[in-house]
Amino acid sequence: MTRIDNKFAELKKSGKKGLFIYIMAGAPDMETTFEAVKAAEKSGADIIELGLPFSDPLADGPVIQEAGIKAIKGGATLSSILDLIVRIRSFSDIPLVGMGYINNILKYGKEKFVKDFKEAGLDGAIIPDVPHEESAELRKICESENFNFIEFVTPDTTDERIKEICSSAKGFIYAVSVNGVTGVREIDYSVIGNVARRVKSETSTPLAVGFGIGSPSAAVSAAKNADAVIVGSAVVRRLLDGKLDEAADFIASLRQALDKMNG
Amino acid sequence: MATGRFGKYGGQFVPEIVMPVLKELEAAYEKYKDDEDFKAEFNSLLNNYAGRPTLLYYAKRLTEHYGKGKIYLKREDLLHTGAHKINNALGQVLLAKRLGKKKIIAETGAGQHGVATATVAALFGLECHIFMGALDIERQKLNVFRMKLLGAQVIPVTSGTGTLKDATSEAIRYWAAHIEDTHYIIGSSVGPHPYPMMVRDFQSCIGREIREQIQRETGGRIDYLIACVGGGSNAIGTFHEFRDDASVKKIGVEAGGKSDKVGENAMTLSGTGEPGVLHGAYSYVLQTDEGQIVEAYSISAGLDYPGVGPEHSYFKDAGIVKYVSVTDDEALDAFRRLSRTEGIIPALESSHALAYLEKLMPSTSEDDVIVVTLSGRGDKDVQMVAKVLGEEI
Repeated sequence: MTRIDNKFAELKKSGKKGLFIYIMAGAPDMETTFEAVKAAEKSGADIIELGLPFSDPLADGPVIQEAGIKAIKGGATLSSILDLIVRIRSFSDIPLVGMGYINNILKYGKEKFVKDFKEAGLDGAIIPDVPHEESAELRKICESENFNFIEFVTPDTTDERIKEICSSAKGFIYAVSVNGVTGVREIDYSVIGNVARRVKSETSTPLAVGFGIGSPSAAVSAAKNADAVIVGSAVVRRLLDGKLDEAADFIASLRQALDKMNG
Repeated sequence: MATGRFGKYGGQFVPEIVMPVLKELEAAYEKYKDDEDFKAEFNSLLNNYAGRPTLLYYAKRLTEHYGKGKIYLKREDLLHTGAHKINNALGQVLLAKRLGKKKIIAETGAGQHGVATATVAALFGLECHIFMGALDIERQKLNVFRMKLLGAQVIPVTSGTGTLKDATSEAIRYWAAHIEDTHYIIGSSVGPHPYPMMVRDFQSCIGREIREQIQRETGGRIDYLIACVGGGSNAIGTFHEFRDDASVKKIGVEAGGKSDKVGENAMTLSGTGEPGVLHGAYSYVLQTDEGQIVEAYSISAGLDYPGVGPEHSYFKDAGIVKYVSVTDDEALDAFRRLSRTEGIIPALESSHALAYLEKLMPSTSEDDVIVVTLSGRGDKDVQMVAKVLGEEI
């Protein structure tokens, strides 16, 4: 069991939807990231997704690209992010999952990455450019360290692949709500219903929906067919603009809207 | 299971969103590559539209300049649109048509692949979007206008550093959002499987023709094959046919740029590159100690890519091809040398392959046969060269 597993068990018990908040580590600087994680937890985030900046993030839209470039220019490295995680763990037990790209991890060393980050207090990793077919070795390493390797499904993932992906899924499954990249936009979240049904028939691993969610109403629509929602660009934009308080209020409004769903 | 590997290189390191369309493409390519109708249509276009086979030209005066050996040029510069890029663009547009795609997208650096793609899209009446770095659009106005004339929409990319690697990332992102009606014609033997294999196959006509043509010239003898390497499509097209011929020494020439310093060259295989993942493939890549991709530099816009096709990485490790580099200045000298000795203005990319002759020829035997792939013509580079030489035009 990781902190992620415990959190989902707790959410299930209370009948609540999970709220994931994505924050790019080091954008605009590490201190802001530290404060933002604190504020996000206080405002009702259940899990923090910590962005690991990469120069060429294929799955990300303009906001997260901008944040990544800013973080790299500001000197953010996997080592400095390791320190940040240790610092977060000194006051919080909130589940932390890293979202980054494989090249940085290969350079750091796959096994060393999983060991070091697990030890620092990271609970899992989302690596969007490692699809299921390329993940066998990494999954094995993660499993041996009790570290969650998170896998993706999309509305276009075939039944055959959903079956394959679900058979090894740990922590939660990341359902991409729409074809494309991260970033706020209008989306018809009903397509997630179909994916959710297909996933649920294969596994009891929780489902979190992400990409495009930029408002409380969008969060509610997305959450209808899932166990949790992931909000990134809308928070990162506010942090890049120096509006930490506004980001905290926004997260609180997401929390409130999600909690009303059960009422 | 990992597919599409060249040794340990290659693979499909892309977001899940792109996987269904890669699988679709893989299946379509497997189906059509040996399909008689497909092959007939492709060959007919290569012969009647692009202008194949291209000449294998004995460069007598260039040979005389070195005073020994026999230097031949494989004249891909004579193809429609001026470079080997059209071979791949034609093959891929035929696949796109069979897949029922309505829209074609591509990335471009200098604009050569963009022009080739816009050309085939016009030929087949398909909508065409070309992603090009904002900086490159500024530097290559002529090619931007050519693409517009051909009916393509040129989309400026401002993300990252606004150059080829960012245009490639943006094309992949756009593709991820429009997979149902769009085919992405990648311009080199890079990217996720099946692209490196498919692009290599579409470019392999270069090597096959060389083998056939050299038979008539020298009875089949070739001692050296030389081609320039950016992403590496003309080089893989040249070398692949000869991969098992140990008697043919194969040399890939990268851009040495201004210096050996990181950021001042594109020496992915011959310099400081290390295996990593860029644009969907595991291959050598120019990167920092943190695994961030480093911007490549070369006077030749077609070579300044920080990655390289995965099959080249395999060829390097296996010792099948030797990878070397020449500097901007050496390439410029070769550019002028070929213009004056043979009356052929080569592309700056191809000038890198030609420049290596200066290093190679002193060590060859009297009767060695050298074939250099002249991947493109230099008309597009004239403005750039004039600027570097301080000439007003």
